[in-house]
Formats: sequence, C-alpha cells, structure tokens
Amino acid sequence: MTIDDLTNTTGEWLRGEGPDSDVVISSRVRLARNLAEYPFLSTASETERTEIYRAVTEAVATNAGWSDALSIDLTEADEINRALLVERHLISRQHAVGEGSRGVTVSTDETLALMINEEDHLRTQALRSGLQLDQIWKDVNEADDALSQQLAFAFDQQFGYLTACPTNVGTGIRVSVMLHLPALKLTKEIEKVARAARDMRLAVRGMYGEGTDAVGDLFQISNQTTLGKTEEEIISAFGRDIIPKIVEYEHAARESLVRHRMYQLDDKIWRAYGLLCNARCISSEETLALLSPIRMGIHLGRFSAFGQATLNELFLYTQPAHLQKRHGKPLEGEQRGVARAEHIRGVLSR
Amino acid sequence: MHYVCQNCNQARATVHITETMPEKHERHLCDECAEKEGVIVKQHHPTNTILQEFIKHKTGLGGADEKACPDCGLTFREFQQSGQFGCPNDYEVFRSLLEPLIERAHENATHHVGKVPHTADESLKRQSGLTRLRRALQEAIEDENYELAARVRDEIRAMQSADAPES
Repeated sequence: MTIDDLTNTTGEWLRGEGPDSDVVISSRVRLARNLAEYPFLSTASETERTEIYRAVTEAVATNAGWSDALSIDLTEADEINRALLVERHLISRQHAVGEGSRGVTVSTDETLALMINEEDHLRTQALRSGLQLDQIWKDVNEADDALSQQLAFAFDQQFGYLTACPTNVGTGIRVSVMLHLPALKLTKEIEKVARAARDMRLAVRGMYGEGTDAVGDLFQISNQTTLGKTEEEIISAFGRDIIPKIVEYEHAARESLVRHRMYQLDDKIWRAYGLLCNARCISSEETLALLSPIRMGIHLGRFSAFGQATLNELFLYTQPAHLQKRHGKPLEGEQRGVARAEHIRGVLSR
Repeated sequence: MHYVCQNCNQARATVHITETMPEKHERHLCDECAEKEGVIVKQHHPTNTILQEFIKHKTGLGGADEKACPDCGLTFREFQQSGQFGCPNDYEVFRSLLEPLIERAHENATHHVGKVPHTADESLKRQSGLTRLRRALQEAIEDENYELAARVRDEIRAMQSADAPES
C-alpha cells in the first residue's frame, strides 16, 4: 500500500454510516505513550529522536496487529502528501509541519493510525464513522496492549502514563467525536451547547482540532481530563451521556426547522445545490459550507438530487491536498478554485 | 493646607496620622521620618516582584523551582514557561510541586486509576537509569573520551537486555 492508494478511497471514517451518523460524523480515541528509557521530545537530541523513531517502527513492523500497514516517513513525504494525511485525519496539523525524525503508520482500512514523534513518542488512534466508541476503544486498547509487549512505556504508580505535557497524564486518552450540527447553528442554540460542554470540562473545536474554526457546521468535542477516571468511564460518559444528549438537541432543532421554517430550510438546501452545480471558482471553505445544509437535507428526506456517498466524495476530494493529488500537480490560488468548481460540476453531472 | 514635618521641621509632611491614644491628636511627618519611626515601609520592589514572592511563599516554592532534574536538566521554572516536561523522571523530581497543578488540570484528581502496562514495574527502574546513561554517553562522545563511552554503552546494553519486556 502507498499514499497514492489512499487517494482512491474515502476511508472508513467518512463512510457516513454507523450509529447516529446523521449527526455523528466520526468517533476517535487516541492514547499518548512515551518510551520509558528516552527523554521527551522537547529535550531529546536528534540522535535520540531517530532512535525512538527506529524503535517504534521496528516494533510495528513485527507486530501482527499492523501487518500490511502503510508506514510513512514524514521527513520524506512532500507537502501535499502530508496535507493529504491531515485531511484524512490520520495525522495532526502539528505533525504535518513538525521537524526531525517522525512518521505515521496506518492500517489498511485506516481505522488505526500511529503517529511517531509528534508531541509524545507514540500517539495511537482508532477512528471510525458514526458513534462507535466501544468498538474503537477495543481497537486502540488491543493495539496498545500489543505494542506494550514490545516497548516499555514510561509509567508512574501515582500519575499513570507519563506524557510530555501533564494535561495528558494518567490514561493519556483523548476521546473526540466529530458532530455535524447545522440546525443548532441555524437556531443559534449552538453557543448554549458549547457553553454546557465547556462547563463539563470538554473542549469544543473545529474539524481539524486545536485552533481551527468550525467550517461546515462541524464540531469536534473532546475530553480534557485524563487522570482520576478509567478509560472506560471517560468513554462511557461520552457514548452514553454527552453525545446522545447533543444528538437529541440537534434532532429537536431539525424538527423545529421543518415545522416552523420549512420554506427557508428547503430554500437553503436547494440554493446550496444550485451554487455547487454552477460555480466556476470556489474555495474549500465555501464548498463545506454549502455541503452542510445538503447533508442535513439528505437525512431529513428533503434533498434527492444525490445521496450520502456522493456527498462524502465531494467532502473529501474538494479539500486542497486531495484536489491537487487527483489533479496530478500543485495548483495555486485561483487555479485551485477553478479546478475545484470543475471537479464538483463533473461529479454532479454524472 | 501644607504641613512641615513635625520631626525634622524641614521637609514637607506627606504622612498624616491621627492618634487616639492616650488622647486624640494629629501628627504630620515627612516620608523619611515616617519610615524611621516605622510608620510606613518604603517600596523598593515593583509590585509584580512582591506578588511573585508572595505566591512563592504561599505555594512553598521558595527557590525549589530552580532545582534541576538530574536526568534532563530541566528546572521547574522552565517547565512553567513551556508547559512541557523534558523526561519521565521530571514527574519524580517535581512530584510535590506538580501535584497542585495536576489537581487543577484534572478536576481534583491526583492519582491514576486506569490501565497499567504489562511492564509497569520494570519501566519505573528503566526510565531514569537509561536516560542518565544516554546523557553520559553523549557527553563522553562529545569529550572524545571513547574509553568511557564504550563502558557506558556496555552498561546501557546490559540494562536494556536485563529489563527488556517479555515477549
């Protein structure tokens, strides 16, 4: 498998299936780990960094759970390929622009990814579409067990798994659920939900994590507390309590829109379609903003021009790196907007 | 209305005191005389230094933030500036300073209750020892002391094979 092979599929997490997938785009759990015998990356020398990279990649290469996995040395990957991995949620933005020995290993179905030398030595994630937290915890927990047979992780009886930043210490777990909340945004109730989430010590962010805006009405909700609770407790709070509640609010807001503002709603959905069919130059932000009401329209049965699979395809292949990869060469500024509009019209005229 | 200091009879009085014991009367003093009498304390430090000192005193830090980790050389002050630790041993070295911070960041929790790695016991011993040896190796190489470097390398290998996790 190569990076180019990734470009030909939309990946498991974007299937748009799984429980509550009308609101929950994807679920992710990641575990932060560090090798016991090496310093953290902020003080590691370049030699140590390379040794850490080698130790982890060697462990992964002989690990049954990662057979046929794709290992990418990010120091060798070009800018477009690194951005492609960010768009597929396989690495963080920080990892894409980082320095020194670092990489990522991705399972063939992209449900597991292991970032090496990001902020911590290892960050293993499991990612699937819809609300599937129990399944992805099982995935990532097994991967972590297998790796801990080969690698000794820094651990302390009191503080648990030791991480470069003490905000991740303990379980080292970060649970993130990506939600599509267009109705709460339209009814302006989103701020209330965000405030309630922050009161519960949850972080609310845009699609690409820290410091990113919520384009396309996509919000990422994740835990901030990693110590003093078991992994299962943190996951079950999300899966059985927090997320179902937000899904319920979004459903109620959608129902209210249909009942009280049906014409405005239909107008918004079909106007978005009209723009996508006719635009001659379009940015990725505008594309995502237009796809948002259409996605809601599909799930409410108010939009029939195309289905979820086409929507997913447009969602991913209009993003900068995917677009350029498909185009076969780097595109700058206006060129990119024109190519994006052409691509959308091509898909929609099929 | 301006008063002249009642003590030195020279400078302008800037401190005005109303004493009520044994009977009510007013006194007017200049800065210098007021300080001599201990009525006021001159501020030699800017407010933020005083505040810092106060915080240090209150949190019992009193210079402990200058202590460096023997493994990676990081001080607690450096950690406070960057938010990042240098090596696993920092958690051991700064444990007492760290606890209140951890408590605040993790909803009052101070102890891990989740998963434990298979190799927990060995890893505790390994992490500190090996990090220190690696530093020593690097220093020996930088000093071109290859005899010492070879010895340290053997020590590292011995420790690695002794403590390697079971497969």
